[in-house]
Amino acid sequence: MPLPDWKTTRRGFLGGGAGAAALTAMAVPLHAQSPEPEPLENYAPEYFTAEEWQFVMSATALLIPSGPTPGAIEARVPVFIDLQLASGFGSADDWYMAGPHIADADPLLGWQSPLTPAEIYREGIAAVNAWCEQTHEAPFADLLPQTQQEVMTALSEDEVPLPPELRGLFDLLLQNTKEGFFADPKYGGNHRMAGWTHIGFPGARASFLEWVDKHNVPYPLGPVAISGERG
Amino acid sequence: MARTEPKKDVVIVGLGWTGSIMGIEMAKQGLEVLALERGADRYTVPDFRYPDVIDELKYGVRFGFMQKPRNSTVTIRRTLQETALPYRQLGSFLPGDGVGGAGIHWNGHNWRAMENEFILRSYVEDNFGADIIPEDMTIQDWGVTYAELEPHFDRFEYMLGLSGQAGNVNGQIIEGGNPFEAPRSRDFPLPPLKQTYDATLFADAARAMGYHPFPRPAANASGVWTNEYGMQLGPCNYCGFCERYGCLNYSKASPQTCILDALRRMPNFSYRTNSEVLRVDLAEDRQTATGVTYWDEEAQEEVFQPADIVMLCAYSLHNVHLMLLSGIGEPYNPATGEGVTGKNYAYQMNGGTTLFFKDKLFNPFIGAGANGMSMDDFAINQIDFAAEGFIGGSYITAGVTNGQPIRGIGLPSGTASWGEEWKTAITEWYGHSMSIGSHGSNMAYRDCYLDLDPTYTDRHGRPLMRMTFNWKPNDIRMTQFMRSKIEPIAESMNPDTWQSSYKGEGAQYDVRPYQTTHNVGGAIMGDDPNTSVVNRYLQAWGQHNLFSLGAAAFPQNIQYNPTGVVGALAYWAADAITRDYLPNPRPLV
Repeated sequence: MPLPDWKTTRRGFLGGGAGAAALTAMAVPLHAQSPEPEPLENYAPEYFTAEEWQFVMSATALLIPSGPTPGAIEARVPVFIDLQLASGFGSADDWYMAGPHIADADPLLGWQSPLTPAEIYREGIAAVNAWCEQTHEAPFADLLPQTQQEVMTALSEDEVPLPPELRGLFDLLLQNTKEGFFADPKYGGNHRMAGWTHIGFPGARASFLEWVDKHNVPYPLGPVAISGERG
Repeated sequence: MARTEPKKDVVIVGLGWTGSIMGIEMAKQGLEVLALERGADRYTVPDFRYPDVIDELKYGVRFGFMQKPRNSTVTIRRTLQETALPYRQLGSFLPGDGVGGAGIHWNGHNWRAMENEFILRSYVEDNFGADIIPEDMTIQDWGVTYAELEPHFDRFEYMLGLSGQAGNVNGQIIEGGNPFEAPRSRDFPLPPLKQTYDATLFADAARAMGYHPFPRPAANASGVWTNEYGMQLGPCNYCGFCERYGCLNYSKASPQTCILDALRRMPNFSYRTNSEVLRVDLAEDRQTATGVTYWDEEAQEEVFQPADIVMLCAYSLHNVHLMLLSGIGEPYNPATGEGVTGKNYAYQMNGGTTLFFKDKLFNPFIGAGANGMSMDDFAINQIDFAAEGFIGGSYITAGVTNGQPIRGIGLPSGTASWGEEWKTAITEWYGHSMSIGSHGSNMAYRDCYLDLDPTYTDRHGRPLMRMTFNWKPNDIRMTQFMRSKIEPIAESMNPDTWQSSYKGEGAQYDVRPYQTTHNVGGAIMGDDPNTSVVNRYLQAWGQHNLFSLGAAAFPQNIQYNPTGVVGALAYWAADAITRDYLPNPRPLV
């Protein structure tokens, strides 16, 4: 799938004319100093298998679609999720995971699956792909966009049959996708602060004494990341 | 094989707000004081420094400053019949971890309770008759009055450098403050914080309806402040990363900013981190505590720490857990109503209405922890319980404190939670919504309590504590009453759309969404050893050299955030211990 290279397009526009070099140097944000990371097609996942990676690429692209502004793919949300699952979050390092587990308990009693988030993705993606094979004769990533939309809707409405220990899959995927769109770029997603720019969140600026009582006046500065990168 | 350390005069379990206060007050008396903290040490630098702490994923979402359920958690059930299951990942409440405890990651909402809240059962009986109290409601008087605590509220607030506006100084009502509050002996140490747009709109609307809005009492400094320990605060910069974060700016009152650096300099005070207390050890006759046994994480061994006085200053739930594990007080039995330890666990009944304005921009990322405006026109001392059919009250409030996007972007109900529609909606509505909240009391009930779980254990092999808790009709009626008062205010503000979220009939406790870390009760104070765990000085009825601080002492929950009362009780107990107990150790009642 060709990815819209919105950043390159913008830079091409700015740098298009002769004598525009000085303007380009001023107008290109500070992040131009940091090199573009590996394109997603070449990214070697730390946790996901190739099949799982295809699923996560397709699924996150549905959850936060691309368009005139970046979506999950341009924000590199799949990379964020991969790195999270390879970390202590994926292995539920902070959670109480001792048994016995009553996976089909009332959902109001919270996470009761014996599986870690990484295991939920592994077994959950396999289960969803198996269901897609059964009902549509192809894994999720290979389905037509309209069919993918239907499957995702079914998954969100608990209409894809999953065993109780996997019932948290959709909520986990959606939560992690939004995290990858809005977390500081140091975690691999929110590339070029695309998520923050989309809504007007200034990131790690964290100092607003002079703007508290400027009521109903837009805040003038764009986002900044923990690294100092500016959007 | 347990190692034994040299005896101390005082051993303190947990180094958060109450541990720090008791630590410095006891050390000032010349006693040898040791605090044991199960978490890590924490300093403003490096732990809360800019920009690293401005990390929503790490601290706001993955709970970097909170206790790890793997190390410590509870099991939860809603009814006596249900099987309790572990609170495996944090959701509904977030106990703090490490030096400073929950005192580092609160928002700084610091209130006094109403006079009638300390004598709630008597107040209800005297004014409305005992027969309006539901049969299963086990509310009690505290054994201490507001008038007795007033000097200690005052001292705590001046130690914090509280920002706000008094409404009642020695009975004189002051314009712009809370006219319904209990009398204060003087004004706040610092003037109110600046107000955000949403709070101003709410206050204007409330005033137009004849209500009495006032600035929220904020433990976020509005100016420079030096407290009684020589600790200094600087003015808040409204960074928008207060609750769940340590303060990067030395502005939020915390043990770190208000006490610890002064305390660390005292040669007769010491503390050990990564030292989790496993139990309180009692003398053979069980009439006194001999010290505590803790787990030394570094040495990987149990340590017996003898002491003349033991002070439980852990989070409310952990104080109760330690008492249950150590055989302090008779465990409460919901079938008979007998026993005391674990009795009257209570929470907080909150609700809110969200308003959406296309043409108003709230810049939600700008906020201190406790900026905002509140009103007490429907506070617990303003309501005719007999006429309204419930016991309780709320403060009503508005004031955005953060716009962190992972934690949630308010969208009109019915909006898709993903896909093109969601993506469009978040640009349309981010910064264009505000909320008016109701923060209300929660009564105590016969079957809401804490005991030891029969199945699940912690990493030391100890039974987890079991929480039995559910919402009750009285409190649901209370919050629905608040809804009926808030919605007209919201409508008068002419939003494009608005929606409400209040507990309704039959609501069940849901442990997943964050609600509040105001877990109270279980080691309640009172004037009768048959119905309370500690006396009016927070001294265990059965062991006079054991004190239990914190919100576990609340016999039911007040309508306010608990920290103000927790702090006042700590200074009240410290004063009694200093003046009356140390010269002659004995039961003070």
